[in-house]
Amino acid sequence: MGFIKKVKKNFSSIFKNLFKKKTAKIGIYGPPNAGKTTLANRIIRDWTGDAMGAVSNVPHETRRARRREGVTIQSNGSKVTLDIVDTPGLATKVDFHEFMAHGLEEEEAKRRAKEATEGIIEAVKWLDDLDGVILVMDATEDPFTQVNVTVIGNMEARKLPLLIAANKIDLPESSPARIRSAFPQHPLVPISALDGQNIDTLYEEIADHFG
Amino acid sequence: MDLISEEKMADMTAMEKIRLILDGVKEGKILVLERGLTPTEEAKLIEMTMTEITQEDFPGIEIESYPSSQNQKLIDRIFRKPVVRTRLTVIGPANQLKTLKKDRDLISALVSSQ
Repeated sequence: MGFIKKVKKNFSSIFKNLFKKKTAKIGIYGPPNAGKTTLANRIIRDWTGDAMGAVSNVPHETRRARRREGVTIQSNGSKVTLDIVDTPGLATKVDFHEFMAHGLEEEEAKRRAKEATEGIIEAVKWLDDLDGVILVMDATEDPFTQVNVTVIGNMEARKLPLLIAANKIDLPESSPARIRSAFPQHPLVPISALDGQNIDTLYEEIADHFG
Repeated sequence: MDLISEEKMADMTAMEKIRLILDGVKEGKILVLERGLTPTEEAKLIEMTMTEITQEDFPGIEIESYPSSQNQKLIDRIFRKPVVRTRLTVIGPANQLKTLKKDRDLISALVSSQ
């Protein structure tokens, strides 16, 4: 490492240590079914041995934000302690017919739709109380969805760190490159939260960006 | 369809804009905002939409805007004055407006009657 780089790194780490909070609150955001809870479960399991919540193919499985405090991630010599907040999937519409298409009875579908709208409000409100966001995008989908655009815009307006997890790279139709070219201004890690592909790189980036 | 100019929205507060949008969309209108909403206003719009969803009549909105950008002028950066440059936005009832394709500079949507 060159002398200037070394000085820069040391200065940056002194500066970070002087001003960093004890723990950073990091929200896991994204549209429904992007794999937020699967990723939250993997992070919590890898670093604490527990799990965060249930996952399923039915959208809006997570309808309440869940916080896990004091998750310490160590990677590449860096160590960071985070409060991880797994948020309900953000959406601009909730139609109970969609749940019925997944086999739910009408009454149950309506109840779930009502809870989903409350969960979305909760997720939006959490944006005011975070120190950073991991935005989970489904790498098989169009990256310019309104949810992605809105979350990124909010983090940029608040000048808070954002890390994009391009999820589902275990699927052949996934294209993290499409996401990278859509949002080149933010760091991106292609991952599979389901089978753990590239998850160590994500931990390196988390330690680097949120530490 | 209502095409709303930048001037009409310029003097409105965030809540006035959101009320205008939600009232219009609930009447079945498609709204095209010349200058869009800030990211904070978009988040507030999502929140307000959720409170107004009714299971039989109003399933929510379809909204598509281009990514906003921060003002990169040197003078603003020096004084740390972030100016968000918002862009054209299309909003309509979720059961009448469907986005077909979207990229950084093109929105392709299908409008149908109820």
